[in-house]
Amino acid sequence: MSAHSASPEITFHADHSGGTKKIWRTFWLLSVITVIELAIGLAIYNIHKGEAPNHTLVLMFKGVVCILTLAKAYYIVSIFMHLGDEIRNMIMTIVVPLCLFIWFIIAFLWDGNSWKNLRNTDAGSREYKTEQVAKPAAIEKGAKD
Amino acid sequence: MSTTATPTNTKWWNGGRSPFNASYGKVMMWYFLMSDAFTFGAFLISYGTIRFSQNHWVDPNHVFNSFPFAGHANLPLAFVSLMTFILIFSSVTMVLAVHEGHNMNRKGVEKYMILTIIGGIAFLSCQAWEWTHMLTGQHEVLVNGQIELWNTTVSHNPFGPEVMFNGKEVATPGPIAFGSYFFEITGFHGFHVFSGVIINIVMYIKTKMGHFDQRGHYEMIEKAGLYWHFVDLVWVFVFLCFYLI
Repeated sequence: MSAHSASPEITFHADHSGGTKKIWRTFWLLSVITVIELAIGLAIYNIHKGEAPNHTLVLMFKGVVCILTLAKAYYIVSIFMHLGDEIRNMIMTIVVPLCLFIWFIIAFLWDGNSWKNLRNTDAGSREYKTEQVAKPAAIEKGAKD
Repeated sequence: MSTTATPTNTKWWNGGRSPFNASYGKVMMWYFLMSDAFTFGAFLISYGTIRFSQNHWVDPNHVFNSFPFAGHANLPLAFVSLMTFILIFSSVTMVLAVHEGHNMNRKGVEKYMILTIIGGIAFLSCQAWEWTHMLTGQHEVLVNGQIELWNTTVSHNPFGPEVMFNGKEVATPGPIAFGSYFFEITGFHGFHVFSGVIINIVMYIKTKMGHFDQRGHYEMIEKAGLYWHFVDLVWVFVFLCFYLI
């Protein structure tokens, strides 16, 4: 019996006769990606603990974790939420608006970074220095962001 | 799993049929989730903006390093990975419930809905423990030249940069935005998990009462499933932004 027998809007009914193999495969894939992420997280922890941490390496690891997270998001949306099984119109109406995030993330992180630079140079009037650490604790407590 | 075979010459936009080949309710659920994604996205991006604007931020491996009943053992990432796996697993049981719904197998739907609800409650319990631990756990902080004991709250952050004081390293107050964002975003996500559990309980009761068998389809389970998977999806990003990087 078709699962959508009561929905006249649907022109073509999906074939749900397949098994659960794909679901379990996705589960293992997500688990493996998560374990890799955790391993990278611990690697970052150990790099930070050591003498003279290599910041480029940490940044690279963080980038890898971001990419792995996007892969996880893809599998959850495509397989678990069945978006990959929908027709192209449906996929596009969801995915195209989400492209706004590309601008959203770049613009605002850029803004945050520029904010830091302005503060560290007093809006360009002195040399770049991070004096937050040297400030007495009382002033820092009052500095709210 | 499902595949939909569609002829290429179908006139999707000529009216009389859904151009998305999906019911109204399902399309609207997707639009709701998309708008919710922007809400969470705005929260996380604003967190990122503040974090980028700071010279110092807290080290998540230092803040989230405890585990229930493990005392003061240093176990970075352990508890949060447990929470992540609980949520991934409850996502799997949810998609299995949807699968059983496609096959009109009421007993199967009931079984997997119960497992999903248990997973949701387990996750919420973990979060309650983590919040309690952060709000009550005290840390030494150097404030105005003397040591104070601070909890992590929306107004206090005891994980600032470390300085030497009386021959040992002591933390100074960190940016208070950390606590605010942490409790705001995990709280908003936890509220979504909570409402997801309520929705799943309602769906379980409706399944048990045979409503979906009378209706002839289990599409409500699918829609509840979309919401539940979205909660898992958001956690993937919260996990990334707060615990990993």
